[in-house]
Amino acid sequence: MSNASIIGKDGVKRYLITITVNGDPHSKVVKANNTLTDFLRDELDLTGTKKGCELGDCGSCTVLMDGKAVNSCLILAIEADGREVTTIEGIASTAEIDILQQKFIEFGALQCGYCTPGMVMSAKALLAKNPRPTELEVRQALAGNLCRCTGYVNIVKAVLSASGQEVAHD
Amino acid sequence: MYLPDFEYYAPDSVQEACKLKAEFGPRAMFFSGGTDIMHKMKIGTLAPEILISLKNLEALKKIEYVPGKGVVIGARATHNDLVNSEILHKKYMSVSEAAHQMAANQVRNIGTVGGNLINAVPSADLPPILMALDASVKLVGTKGERVIPLEELFTGVCKTCCCDDEILTEIIIPDQKMTGSTYIKFGLRRSGALAVAGVAVAVEVDKDVIKDARIVLGAVYITPKRAIESEKFLIGEKISDELLAEAGKISCTECKPISDMRGSAEYRQNLVEVLTKRALRKAIDKGHV
Repeated sequence: MSNASIIGKDGVKRYLITITVNGDPHSKVVKANNTLTDFLRDELDLTGTKKGCELGDCGSCTVLMDGKAVNSCLILAIEADGREVTTIEGIASTAEIDILQQKFIEFGALQCGYCTPGMVMSAKALLAKNPRPTELEVRQALAGNLCRCTGYVNIVKAVLSASGQEVAHD
Repeated sequence: MYLPDFEYYAPDSVQEACKLKAEFGPRAMFFSGGTDIMHKMKIGTLAPEILISLKNLEALKKIEYVPGKGVVIGARATHNDLVNSEILHKKYMSVSEAAHQMAANQVRNIGTVGGNLINAVPSADLPPILMALDASVKLVGTKGERVIPLEELFTGVCKTCCCDDEILTEIIIPDQKMTGSTYIKFGLRRSGALAVAGVAVAVEVDKDVIKDARIVLGAVYITPKRAIESEKFLIGEKISDELLAEAGKISCTECKPISDMRGSAEYRQNLVEVLTKRALRKAIDKGHV
């Protein structure tokens, strides 16, 4: 079914879409060229999802769509119509931060922090599918998330530790 | 980085999508995963007035085995659908492995097989292994449908014989006699890198004799390219390291690579020689397709 649409004053069509974000359905009228990143940041004020390269290389805009890690900068908001999206704001349960977030803090797995939301979301998707990954599997799952500060060592350790495995601190 | 304005349609059937495309002509583009179109629209090399999204064509996401026909991969299957497909693990692990070597996880969850083929980029990773397994593709348009060998789809850099109103709907890998296959890619990084050169091989081995071979070279010609002379050289021969090394030498005379930022033409030719030899050895030793 094509989406309901109206034509704006500027002559450009707008479409009605509903995306479930972090458990809540959000209906908005958007232009077709609105990316999922912009929808989350500008329409819903969920600015935890970062814009880096905006071309699908750096992974800082990573969110989960129907449980899978995706680059939200490469997805049109209208393509996500009817889907379930989870952002970094949606992974903590009630008052507690997520185990991955705890471990990132514990292991000092961030410096500037810009890549962190994307890293955590990729790791979240990995652990949901593979609760006890090997180091190689962690590195493969995070291969689409670039960090220019840390050199990845502590990030990998944090993810392994979050999966309940013994990891030595430095 | 914002996208230019465009109109958007999301038809519910292949026929409806073809009709829309026929109506709008070159002003419109089909949009599947969109990882390539979005990228090109953002950097300004592509500005379609209308996008026809294929997102509602759920039937095209299936990967199934049809007795008598082979493994049928719906064009809307994502690369990770291939990576995780039990049918492919059982029948064509090499296709699953080739898909796993592409891009990064997040892109593999969005980009589709059909898009990868229709883009017809010479360095694409799926065409070589699919061609080595003699795959064909189904194209559906307003005037009917046709099935052609994948090899015939590619006509040039980013060019295919797919007509304006046609949609690639499925990829068919026929049942085969091949006993082993593999795709080896050389990229400048271990992840997220395009192929500098890639070689896919499928072989039928009986005891220690090569009964049949298909070798397909990627990223070293305007299209994925069969190394026909090298294949002919191998058929009927007894397997030895010298034989495979010679096949590599012949393969590298059958491509015509360009020099670019990822490697020079000479370097690519050397890569083809080495990768052909390695891929043949791997496919022979592996004992499964």
